[in-house]
Amino acid sequence: MAFEIVESCVNCWACEPLCPNQAIVEARPHFRIIAERCTECIGDHDDAQCASICPIEGAIVDEYGEPLNPPGSLTGIPMAMALSLLEKARLAGGSTAEPST
Amino acid sequence: MELPVIGQMPAESAGGGCSASSCGSSGEQLSHLPDAIRAKVQDHPCYSEDAHHYFARMHVAVAPACNIQCHYCNRKYDCSNESRPGVVSELLTPDQAVLKTKAVAAAIPQMSVLGIAGPGDPLANPQRTFETFRRLSAEAPDIKLCVSTNGLALPESVEELARHNIDHVTITINCLDPEIGARIYPWIFWQNKRVFGVEAARILIEQQQKGLEMLTARGILVKVNSVMIPGINDQHLKEVSQVVKAKGAFLHNVMPLIAEAEHGTFYGLTGQRGPTADELQDLQDACAGDMNMMRHCRQCRADAVGLLGEDRGEEFTLDKIAEMDIDYDKAMQVRAEVRAGITAELNARRAERQQAAAPVLRNDLRPIRIAVASSGQGLVNQHFGHAREFLVYEASSAGVRFLAPRKTDLYCAGDDTCGDAESVLDRTIAALSDCEVVLCSKIGFEPWGRLEEAGITPNGEHAMEEIEAACAAVYDELAASGVLAIASGKNDRAA
Repeated sequence: MAFEIVESCVNCWACEPLCPNQAIVEARPHFRIIAERCTECIGDHDDAQCASICPIEGAIVDEYGEPLNPPGSLTGIPMAMALSLLEKARLAGGSTAEPST
Repeated sequence: MELPVIGQMPAESAGGGCSASSCGSSGEQLSHLPDAIRAKVQDHPCYSEDAHHYFARMHVAVAPACNIQCHYCNRKYDCSNESRPGVVSELLTPDQAVLKTKAVAAAIPQMSVLGIAGPGDPLANPQRTFETFRRLSAEAPDIKLCVSTNGLALPESVEELARHNIDHVTITINCLDPEIGARIYPWIFWQNKRVFGVEAARILIEQQQKGLEMLTARGILVKVNSVMIPGINDQHLKEVSQVVKAKGAFLHNVMPLIAEAEHGTFYGLTGQRGPTADELQDLQDACAGDMNMMRHCRQCRADAVGLLGEDRGEEFTLDKIAEMDIDYDKAMQVRAEVRAGITAELNARRAERQQAAAPVLRNDLRPIRIAVASSGQGLVNQHFGHAREFLVYEASSAGVRFLAPRKTDLYCAGDDTCGDAESVLDRTIAALSDCEVVLCSKIGFEPWGRLEEAGITPNGEHAMEEIEAACAAVYDELAASGVLAIASGKNDRAA
């Protein structure tokens, strides 16, 4: 039983100081959770601390690979809308950013 | 059409910036402040419009974490607007930040201020932020320290801020009404939980107001930044201005929302527009009745270095600093001399202004806007083609007042009005379309012709003169020639 940080992490440091078990470490290409230390905050907090401050949807997943913050849950931007708008911006000839999926 | 002289301009702008960044008041406004406050801000480029022509500042990016989400911010992309840890920008440890600050202050003796403004929220990174302040106040005691925050963790940090002798704090306050706040802040992290919507905004607003009251009660100077978001908080910001003034904030900085789809922000993706230059100025003027307004903010990055409007960060990367040979004591001495020289010059100018005869108001003359190319020192001293921004002044029979900086190489909005085919010169002309005169030290033949075609008169006759005096002289010349008589203006210029 442990959470995992995946590649969409942007290394913003927000989670690291909050972990009650010091299970989160700075690493490249992105921060990492030491699985043996992670307790999913059970016994310490009602909510998993890393997942409660992480600003990136999908960056922290549970043992089944399910995102703790699913697409659309934080920014309020529905993913389909984000993708179609990014595509529109690209077609309009503006500078582009890669959609993150 | 590319012109050689214009092609020398750096391709990428360092402007824009985390909207929470710390950034200023006009000379005339400062003159109404109590002496104690004026003494505190007279060498702070972000708090004094006069000072910003002379003094430099830097931000050190030691504070990556953030405890709230704003709809104008996206931690995912490293765009021209944002500084975030990761691939491009350098996130610094407190040690590295101290080293960098001392190196910059040795190379740029005009440097008077060190700020921590992100890229997250400084007070959400208390250990890194306060370690940096603690060391700098010991090792470079002549550098002023300031911090910029969203305010959520401010009440619990006031004690510590006071202990580190931080006498300038900027709080970004976008609203007082939680219903409006819920349209700006989707969530906050509060007491070990993520809180969403109106409840999140209510808590954030309460913390910001409490922090503001606690700081002013201690005599710490507070500037309030607000992001103007048309249709969301634009009308509301007048009330914000009144309330923060009543609570003791001494300066209000209303900044335009920057939102483009390619930034990947909620506002960018949902098509929320920023205000036009006129909308921004109208709101600033409406708020000015109650409050000192800052108009010279450049919305700089959380790792900016140099005078406002320039970014010399590239010269001071960690590997370049490692090779520098620096005499820190000598550097502090040089700074003291440079500072004394500038302060004497500023005081002389202030005395001149106070002695100037009261203007004769004339209802029969219209005001005009004048764009100025300046590289600092308050002078008309920059080549037209080298200017990455212009300072826009309004001249009238009542005098000369600063309105706003206009970035020209940032002016491309990336939409169909501003495609690749459009040259930098076209964009510059579009950005200055409301100005009738451009003052610069020199200008090339071709841009001269293009500006004239666009109804903007280039003028290089006031090179190296003081900006306000030059604007006043141009206005007087035009008034004497009769072109400013009301009803004879070039009203169809924009057509």
